[in-house]
Amino acid sequence: MTTAVTTVATTVMPPRRLIARTLGTPGAVAGCIILVVLVFGAIFAPLLSPYDPNATRVCPRLAAPSLAHFFGCDLFGRDIFSRILHGARLSLAVGLLTVAISLVAGTLIGMVIAFLGGRVDRIGVRLLDVMLGFPAIVLAILIVAVLGVGAFNAALAVGISGIPRIARVIRSATLTLVGREFVDSARAVGASQTRILRRHLLPNLWPIVIVLGSLDLGTAILSTATLSFLGLGAQPPTSEWGAMLSAGREFMRYAPWTMIFPGLALFLAVMSVNLVGDRLSHVLDPRASGHD
Amino acid sequence: MKLAMPWFVRRVLGIIPTLFLTWSIVFGVLQLIPGDPVMLALGGTPASDEILDNERRRLGLDQPVYIQYLTFLKKMAVGDLGNGYSSKQPVSEMIAARVRPSLELALGGLLVGIVLGIVLGIAAGLRPHGWIDTMTMSTALVGVSLPSFWIGMLLIYVFGLQLEWVPILGDGIDALILPSITIGLFLAGGLARLIRSALIETMTQDYIRTAHSKGLSTVRIVAKHAMRNAIIPPITLLGLQFAVLIGGAVVTERVFARAGLGSMLIDAVLTKDIPLVQGLVVYTTTAYIVINLLLELLYGIVDPRIRSRRA
Repeated sequence: MTTAVTTVATTVMPPRRLIARTLGTPGAVAGCIILVVLVFGAIFAPLLSPYDPNATRVCPRLAAPSLAHFFGCDLFGRDIFSRILHGARLSLAVGLLTVAISLVAGTLIGMVIAFLGGRVDRIGVRLLDVMLGFPAIVLAILIVAVLGVGAFNAALAVGISGIPRIARVIRSATLTLVGREFVDSARAVGASQTRILRRHLLPNLWPIVIVLGSLDLGTAILSTATLSFLGLGAQPPTSEWGAMLSAGREFMRYAPWTMIFPGLALFLAVMSVNLVGDRLSHVLDPRASGHD
Repeated sequence: MKLAMPWFVRRVLGIIPTLFLTWSIVFGVLQLIPGDPVMLALGGTPASDEILDNERRRLGLDQPVYIQYLTFLKKMAVGDLGNGYSSKQPVSEMIAARVRPSLELALGGLLVGIVLGIVLGIAAGLRPHGWIDTMTMSTALVGVSLPSFWIGMLLIYVFGLQLEWVPILGDGIDALILPSITIGLFLAGGLARLIRSALIETMTQDYIRTAHSKGLSTVRIVAKHAMRNAIIPPITLLGLQFAVLIGGAVVTERVFARAGLGSMLIDAVLTKDIPLVQGLVVYTTTAYIVINLLLELLYGIVDPRIRSRRA
């Protein structure tokens, strides 16, 4: 038990130092600033947006950007700026949900098959490898075919299609732990399997789980937006960036702002998350930060 | 060659369980679709119980699941993908009709990606931390965050609609330029990164110094000595990307309204045409597995060390 605690203590650093080190590069600082602005915009969207995102005819159809409508208007006379602000809520929430699904299920599966070992591990790895042979977008689309279209189902589909990769990494990490002394001593004092998994293995896997999550969040936001763009995710009239881009595609000749701004918002969100995630993984994973 | 045969045969036979598991997963997942498949097959048109029963028997859906599963495996093994619900045509024929647009796009994207990736990768790798290197690597970092459908639309807007340099629709080779660039840009980023790191590592080797001291030109050293040893990771990346692309560039096909396999898959999902979805996913994953195998065989021929390690 004490061994487990000391092992954890070396990998977890105080929050203040973690933040200071994460902000150690200009890219990460830029990422953090954009991310804070986006999160702020998402949380206070109802207060900040000048118009109701779904109210039609608040301006002329496809009106160009102006002081009254910063990002212009769409086909139904809806204010694009207000829709993008509300879209931030959905994109970030859906991204987090997606990553949570992959992480929780992936960690559980990876830990359990590595811990049980033997035949369970062999069959588990084989299945995971086969799942990894599916191109990610195809697997997600296949799951949408089962679940049906919609923002929540798209998140679920992207989340599920991310499970095999997480499980594979967590399995390898768990394998390096199960042979260690603290696991043996926990077994020796009669700890149950569940207890070993929960109290001894999981705490040691946290840093890896956080790194995987931070690296996956950007891709998750992008993939769910992609499904919406393809018509398989959020449906109109929901303010969702991918769906807005899909609608904007039709009118780009006359009203390019209908696709420029939602795309820009999506790009900035994904890039800021990637910049912060990349840096966080360097700080948290000593092996990756070798060239810091 | 006598020794190489068993290794070769073993690798080829090794994909059978993978194919079997992959097809089983596709079958299993599609069994979970809620609702009566017969109703989906009839497109929701109201029908009498007799018609429903006939249709159920015709589709083999009156059999227990395990019989359906065995029939499915048997059919897949001989390439029989069944008939589509909406078109009533054989799925294999429907897929065959759409292979060409997807293949053209895959090749176009690959060409742009290879040319751009190799040029940038070599330029960056020969002068690490020079301006080309810094620019390429920071663009690659930004590039992974770019939505490909957005880039495609921006290209259409700038080069198709504003400058009118290229057509944005049609079947001609000029209509292939913008979608190929869209795909190629994303390939080039990863490829340039790989070539750069492989080149940096290789250029410090003794035999490169020897080549330099012999007075060989940099071009000759890079082309004949360094690239040859740096080529396997880039080939892997390109091979796997190609494997994904021949299943249809789902997003790019949608943006450029190209009638390939990717857009077919989306339509099949939206119209709940289960045999078509099933056939397309089986085709895509099988192509992926087979190309993977071909790559491994290729490495074995290029590099005998790999052959002995995997035997």
